[in-house]
Amino acid sequence: MFANFDFDVIRRSLTYLFFDGMTFTLTLTSLATFGGIIFGTLLAMMRLSGFWLLSRIAGLYVDLMRSLPLVLVIFWFYFLVPYIGQWLTGASRPIRVGAFASSLVTFTLFEAAYFSEIMRAGIQSISRGQPAAAQALGLTYGQTMRYVVLPQAFRNMLPVLLTQTIVLFQDTSLVYVLSIPDFLGAASKVAQRDGRLVEMYLFAALVYFAISCVASFGVRRLQARLAFVR
Amino acid sequence: MFNCSIGENSMKRLRMTGLALAAAFCAAQADAEELSGTLRKIRETGVINIGYRDSSIPFSYLDDNQKPIGFAIDICLKIVDAVKKELKLDKLTVEFNPVTSSTRIPLLANGTIDLECGSTTNNPDRLKQVAFTNTHFLTATRFISKKSSKLNSIEDLKGKSVASTSGTTNIRQLTEANAARNLGINIIPAKEHAESFLMVETDRAVAAVLDDILLASFAAGSKDPDAYVISTDAFSKPEPYGIMLRKDDPTFKKVADDATLALYQSAEGQKLYDKWFMQKIPPKGLNLNVPIGAELKKAFAKPTDSPDPDFYKSM
Amino acid sequence: MNYHWNWRVFFEPAPSGSGTYLDMLLSGLVLTIETALCAWIIALVFGAVIGVLRTLPSKSAGLIGFAYVEFFRNMPLLVQLFLWYFVLPELLPRTWGLWLKQLPHAPFYTAAIGIGLFMSARVAEQTRAGISSLPRGQKLAATALGLTTAQTYRYVLLPMAFRIILPPLTSEFLSTIKNTSVALTIGLIELTAEARAMQEFSFQVFEAFTAATVLYLLINIVVVIVMRFVERGVAVPGYITGK
Repeated sequence: MFANFDFDVIRRSLTYLFFDGMTFTLTLTSLATFGGIIFGTLLAMMRLSGFWLLSRIAGLYVDLMRSLPLVLVIFWFYFLVPYIGQWLTGASRPIRVGAFASSLVTFTLFEAAYFSEIMRAGIQSISRGQPAAAQALGLTYGQTMRYVVLPQAFRNMLPVLLTQTIVLFQDTSLVYVLSIPDFLGAASKVAQRDGRLVEMYLFAALVYFAISCVASFGVRRLQARLAFVR
Repeated sequence: MFNCSIGENSMKRLRMTGLALAAAFCAAQADAEELSGTLRKIRETGVINIGYRDSSIPFSYLDDNQKPIGFAIDICLKIVDAVKKELKLDKLTVEFNPVTSSTRIPLLANGTIDLECGSTTNNPDRLKQVAFTNTHFLTATRFISKKSSKLNSIEDLKGKSVASTSGTTNIRQLTEANAARNLGINIIPAKEHAESFLMVETDRAVAAVLDDILLASFAAGSKDPDAYVISTDAFSKPEPYGIMLRKDDPTFKKVADDATLALYQSAEGQKLYDKWFMQKIPPKGLNLNVPIGAELKKAFAKPTDSPDPDFYKSM
Repeated sequence: MNYHWNWRVFFEPAPSGSGTYLDMLLSGLVLTIETALCAWIIALVFGAVIGVLRTLPSKSAGLIGFAYVEFFRNMPLLVQLFLWYFVLPELLPRTWGLWLKQLPHAPFYTAAIGIGLFMSARVAEQTRAGISSLPRGQKLAATALGLTTAQTYRYVLLPMAFRIILPPLTSEFLSTIKNTSVALTIGLIELTAEARAMQEFSFQVFEAFTAATVLYLLINIVVVIVMRFVERGVAVPGYITGK
């Protein structure tokens, strides 16, 4: 069954796959996680704030992003971001945005909705006594959030946040639909150029599996450790 | 009209800076008044963005080092030289962006690329959204299949699975023929030309419908070139390829048109054609051996950006 | 760089000859729903089985369940679809592989099975959580009554577990619907693919994608409302899930 397979094609394309493809994937994952958590926390705070308008806007945004397939959102932002840039900066023409920047914007905004739900659960899981005590001590809303509530919420939800990051890592493979060269895209290009679909896709599957497996294992260990501290 | 005088300022350094700034302002004013659209964008950013294809051999494709090369790429680089001369720039950075058949037009419209250098057919439908410069090739839509399938005419494709690339005129012509002639073909859309051909290679589709020059390149570069045959039946007349630019941008189009006209009419144009169609090309050293057709020869002698296939027949 | 709006493009005839662009989008919608339903049935069946396996007292069953879930959760859905669609036919003996490749509606079957198995891992986790959340007394009482393990699960544990996990299962179903869009990469012409095709033929990017967005939102709203009725319908009065 494996007789006429050419595993040499993997060896020859390793540099391209990892230096171009994997760096794109990992950079996108880390930056989008970072941006997504920040924006997500902001959204969560908006939803939990007392202002009805803010709460509704944040709620609508999260519901919208969670109802749409990621593929559709990727298409939207790829064609739309330059026009948004033009509108935001008042420029005379659409701002030129490359593939990476467009993907980054897409994933940050999309995953922020999911991160915001996680952070919202985290913030709500903090006992009422905490912000009450902070208020009694004279801290403002901003200070309460920054020094009391968010650090605890973040630590409580850390395993879930990391799991969502692993999901993000896997979701980045979807930029394939626009022929953007992430790890899977790179493997695919080599596969089609050399006609070696089986070898390249099996290899790509193995790499994704290995990374995700190791990462989830790490998250499980982390979860076990954190459970003791609580 | 331009006030190039400086305010009252006694400090020499400030005066010199002021002079320099005013001079630059005057110059910018003078040119900005005449520049608009893409030329203005290039002058302001110092960068020109070229869209290239992954696998449109030999027009625009990736070599072994994943760098874009090809007949259309070389033509575009000549246009870039012309732009550089026109704007009197010392340095003009060229950035390459990958595009596919379905993303090329939206990416041109939203400013991600300034020139699309590949195998794009110039037709009246597209002219509503974009503009084309002088034609660089003529090709008709045909299908390729394995000799063993014994498919000769379009009617033979009845009820079969046929692949084509999304966003191309080819898939559109296939769809229309399928509906008009009631062929019941199962159309499999692929993302890129290489994928369409791969469908035939792996027996997932019995035929792939693409421009005949691209089919010839794929067959020649495949593991077993003799196993394939390109149909004589065509879905369309030979249609022109052009390099795409944005619509309503006459200054940029003029630069592109002048550059391509000069290139095609010169001996360099003929040499460029031979380089990609009559000699060995990277990465595998294939020689496509496609001598310049009569109509293309006329189109090079008198370059035109007409989208009408009949125009080239009557030239 | 000005975009040419044309909202009436939906009523213009599509080049595929089968009607207007709106018909194209609606046929994509139908295919999305069909694929999602088939995938969901597969996901429920396999997911329930694996979920149960993971809660069984037997260690080997637990291990099989664990391996299954880890296998399907640690690979992106897109990669899994590629494995099913491109790699499997090549690994099989030539005639079988050829038959698979030439199967009419191959993308549909591949997508349904691929997405179904991917989601089954998540359903398995939900089932496991549901069963584990039941009070231990339930299983003990069933054993005391003389029910075998199979009967315990069938008559006591699973009915309650499913009612408990109905809300998360709803969101998994919505996920399944969204995941059908990934299948456009293997040639399934569902809603997102039709929107893309419409964009390619008519050049009206924003109109096409807005329509697809609106349709997905509609599906979401419909599913949420239907599931709410289902929840109320199967709720056991007086129990935690019955309000």
